[in-house]
Amino acid sequence: MTESVSPIVEMRGISLAFPGVKALQDVDFRLFPGEVHALMGENGAGKSTLIKTLTGVHTPDSGSVLLSGDTVAFSSPGQAQHAGISTVYQEVNLCANLTVAENILLGREPRRFGGIDFPAMRTKAAEVLTRIGVHIDPASVLSTHPIAVQQLVAIARAIAVDCRVLVLDEPTSSLDAGEVAELFRIMRVLRDEGVAILFVSHFLDQVYEISDRMTVLRNGTLVGEHLTKDLDRRALISAMIGRELGTLEAIEDASERLSASGPVLVHAEGLGRRGAIAPFDLEIRAGEVVGLAGLLGSGRTELARLLFGADKADSGRLLVDGTPVHLRGPRSAIAAGIAFCSEDRKGEGLVADLSIRDNLVLAMQAARGWSRPVPRKLKDQLVEKYLAALDIRPANPDALVRTLSGGNQQKVLLARWLVTEPRLLILDEPTRGIDIGAKAQIQQLVTTLAAEGTAVLFISAELEEVVRIATRIVVLRDRHKIAELDGGASVDDVVELIAGEHVPEEVAS
Amino acid sequence: MTALATRLPSRFLPVLATVVLFALTFGVGSVRYDGFASGQVIANLFIDNAFLIVLAAGMTFVILSGGIDLSVGSVVALSTMVTAEGLKAGWSLPLVVVAVLLIGSTLGLLMGLVIHKFDIQPFIVTLAGMFLARGLCFLISVESVSIKDSTVRSIATAVIELPGGVTITYNVVIALLVVLAALYVLHRTRFGRSVYAVGGNESSALLMGLPTARVKVGVYVISGFCSALAGLLFSLYMLSGYGLHAVGMELDAIAAVVIGGTLLAGGVGYVLGSLAGVLVLGTIQTLISFQGTLSSWWTKIVIGALLLVFIAVQRTLVRQRPS
Repeated sequence: MTESVSPIVEMRGISLAFPGVKALQDVDFRLFPGEVHALMGENGAGKSTLIKTLTGVHTPDSGSVLLSGDTVAFSSPGQAQHAGISTVYQEVNLCANLTVAENILLGREPRRFGGIDFPAMRTKAAEVLTRIGVHIDPASVLSTHPIAVQQLVAIARAIAVDCRVLVLDEPTSSLDAGEVAELFRIMRVLRDEGVAILFVSHFLDQVYEISDRMTVLRNGTLVGEHLTKDLDRRALISAMIGRELGTLEAIEDASERLSASGPVLVHAEGLGRRGAIAPFDLEIRAGEVVGLAGLLGSGRTELARLLFGADKADSGRLLVDGTPVHLRGPRSAIAAGIAFCSEDRKGEGLVADLSIRDNLVLAMQAARGWSRPVPRKLKDQLVEKYLAALDIRPANPDALVRTLSGGNQQKVLLARWLVTEPRLLILDEPTRGIDIGAKAQIQQLVTTLAAEGTAVLFISAELEEVVRIATRIVVLRDRHKIAELDGGASVDDVVELIAGEHVPEEVAS
Repeated sequence: MTALATRLPSRFLPVLATVVLFALTFGVGSVRYDGFASGQVIANLFIDNAFLIVLAAGMTFVILSGGIDLSVGSVVALSTMVTAEGLKAGWSLPLVVVAVLLIGSTLGLLMGLVIHKFDIQPFIVTLAGMFLARGLCFLISVESVSIKDSTVRSIATAVIELPGGVTITYNVVIALLVVLAALYVLHRTRFGRSVYAVGGNESSALLMGLPTARVKVGVYVISGFCSALAGLLFSLYMLSGYGLHAVGMELDAIAAVVIGGTLLAGGVGYVLGSLAGVLVLGTIQTLISFQGTLSSWWTKIVIGALLLVFIAVQRTLVRQRPS
């Protein structure tokens, strides 16, 4: 793995846009034979998109992909596989209704007299499975095996062909420690055979254990390429979530707004849910912006979902205005004045085929109950007010939400919740994947809302953003609340806590 | 396959259930009615349902891939119409056969292409195909056209004597050949296994590098071909072509496939199950005609009840499967 070896994969200046989102902008990437290369970045940084560009699922808008020095343009995963690039995706992308042997060899079954030669297929599948040390019956149906074994079968499929590049997109998320060790053993064997391995994982320990080199992406742009031994955890986390590159509209420093907070609105006491988030205490005051910081999978969304009643807590209790409330579901949370802007705005938030007006009215009607229709005049007033307040473009209430850009969709979603006049607004990644201008507007809106007395819980993968607008920062790691910092904290303080290099004094109970 | 059966009994459960159901209904008939348990009654099951067996075989491909084909009944009618009118116009028999099979396959190809290229629900596209084919029948003639061609009539009435004095028609031979061919294609070819893969998980199949487009279009071509072939068999059976032939037969074919244990969601099922499904439907019909006093519509009621039971059973089986 010396620099004199030429890269087997080289991607130059890759850009790719989806409607409303710039998924990749001018990204360069190199992969050398015989190395394990980690692709790092938060959710939405463009890792999966880059991988799918390499494997022929997406075609880049500009830029070129070189394999062994030759320009290639795959238009299907089949072509990429044929060229020696095999991929194992995060979800097991196999057919659970077929046998293990078929899943390994589907599309390249050994044939005899024109028909599939099943005995030969089973023998060949058994050989591949033995090569990676998995001992299961190739004739058994895939769905009868646990997910971890299915994942290994997916790897067996990937290496059953003459594979020069193996892409592993978060293969470990469903594996336990022993299974991960097994996977790493297999990866080392393949690496020593000269296979180039591209590895994606959100577990830093794993990345540092297995990888030789890393490339860091943020917001669809390349942050840098480093040898793993040259980049310590702090530097890596900073690169992933630290500094904002663009210039943002100046937002008053959070520390200046410390005095703004009012009475305690929501108080969680030992609230927790097994497997989602360990019991935590949390106070949110009116007029406060509480930031939630932590890496992906640290329990950010899970915490928010408990407060919103989307998941049921199995320990602790929640007090609103000092009175214990029992949230049976989102409806009772909405009744208590809690709003939740979900991370998945397309799936959970907006009705894409309705107009802006209809989306706003939906929320209003839900809040009023079906028996009290919203008067036309009030509708128009409200729609007009929020279109202007949030600067939604186009400012046409009859435009279909589906046709708006990501940033404007996010604003409509926000407006939808604002018409219900919530007292606590939970924002889960409200600025992900939207352009810098819309981002600044949303941040500005959050501070304005807080100044008017709304409590805001702000979740973002971008640390700098959290630090800038939060009056208080709650830090999560491995599904535990590990600290609470006041608004004066710097990005470095938070990074240190997340990286877990030492335990600071401010750790909350 | 026998080795598989001992290892994976749960996968064969729906098919086994259908076979047991067939044995049961047939057993009931044998006990209650004299002459029911004869070889000729079984042979008649095949003779009277040969076209349905062919239709069900084609439908099995489509449903296995996760789709549905509502056009098959109309394509049968169109095929009988083309056959009858073609023969009346003096076309030679081979020409008629080729023309009918080409028309059916082309219709299937067109529907498959629309489904794939425009990503439209197969239900809607084949519903359109159903109206189209039915309408074309009446464009050719609104009357029933009888087939007078002597060769065709002799083929239609020719019988093959089996040991034990049981006779079958050539239709039965063709239907069984179709089932064998379907078995081979589904289980021994890459195309067949890809049909199962696409039905199991289409996006996985695509990411695994399988030709999903070819599979999705191909199954409708196969279904179209089978519908045309079934139409030829139906012409021999009825000796006429008529736009109102085979009304609702697509539903019989779907019912047979589902009762045969094929999951409507795709990915799981066997052609032999569909064959058993057709035989169950046929037996119920025979039972009711032997009974003599019941209205023939009781057949539909029993089929409806059976369908409900089988779909409920499938649902529970799917829930048990770890996803």
